[in-house]
Amino acid sequence: MHELAIAEEIVAIVADRTRGARVRRIVIEVGRLCAVVPDAMRFCFDLATEGTVAEGARLDIVEVPGRARCRVCGADVVLDRPFGRCGCGSTDLEWLAGEELRIRDVELV
Amino acid sequence: MCRTCGCSDGVGQPTSHAHDHTVDHDRAPGHVHASPSATAVVLSLEQRVLERNDRLAAETRRWLGARGVLALNLMSGPGAGKTTLLERTLRDIGGELEISVIEGDQATDHDADRIRSAGGRAVQVNTGAGCHLDAAMVARALVELGPAEGSVVVIENVGNLVCPALFDLGENAKVVVTSVTDGDDKPLKYPHMFRAGDVLLVNKIDLLPYVRFDRDRCLTFAREMNPRICTFEVSATRGDGLDAWYGWLRQRAAQAHRVGEG
Repeated sequence: MHELAIAEEIVAIVADRTRGARVRRIVIEVGRLCAVVPDAMRFCFDLATEGTVAEGARLDIVEVPGRARCRVCGADVVLDRPFGRCGCGSTDLEWLAGEELRIRDVELV
Repeated sequence: MCRTCGCSDGVGQPTSHAHDHTVDHDRAPGHVHASPSATAVVLSLEQRVLERNDRLAAETRRWLGARGVLALNLMSGPGAGKTTLLERTLRDIGGELEISVIEGDQATDHDADRIRSAGGRAVQVNTGAGCHLDAAMVARALVELGPAEGSVVVIENVGNLVCPALFDLGENAKVVVTSVTDGDDKPLKYPHMFRAGDVLLVNKIDLLPYVRFDRDRCLTFAREMNPRICTFEVSATRGDGLDAWYGWLRQRAAQAHRVGEG
């Protein structure tokens, strides 16, 4: 359950960046290829925000699709899970998008 | 152009996003805007969640690199044989390569004791409820461990095929262990871990006659997740295949040492 550690880090970053202002909403980007499960994230977020500036805040998760380039033929490949195969048969893919784990913005009370 | 307000200030600062505006939105630090709900204030942070961990890991990597130390992040599910592999490695080549160990477990000092009995120095990190080691835990443990120049540090992560894959500890290579008793489809079930690994050790091959495990299937799945992964098939108890693993270890330790001297 690394999502708890990640939720705690989000709260720590937000508290730091907002200098302790109360937070109503946090928007994060989670890539589809990132090893973070949105449902687990939401569950842990409520635990991690208890007693903090973000207690009761809403967590909005923006999922970023996975995209890769084939290292063999150079074609673009869409990935919806952390592995895949190019039309040319190669599994040697360079990931271009989908590993994001970022705090986009916060809405203050 | 700023995505939040559409202004053209701060162009060319894609990473911080905390740019100055000609019109001063003087509230909290960063980039503040009035939201459509009029009373709400939106602060654009644009910050990677693991930035702090990754920055610390990069510092650790530089610190180890300057000392010519090879650091490995050893990961597997519980019971795949990480500690047995380290005990055997220490007994077989500990006289030739100085190897010290950071042991990560939720509880107990058992593994650190096993390493010490095998002749290695060890620092135990108990993560409590935590399911993985992070860069801060490793940085603290390294201060206590004080690895010698040109030595090898193995960070034995908490037995878990999911969470440790996400956290950079400052290592030079990630070594994943799976065993024939785990089943041959582990790479498919835990793709992040097998993708993250630089090396895959398939352990307990002495048990192949007794379990249903298709080695080709396992290696095919592993390469599908990670075509560049370097694989060794070993038995840490009986000794099969360990020479190849030791060869890799020697070569990487020598490489780290050269870089440290350079």
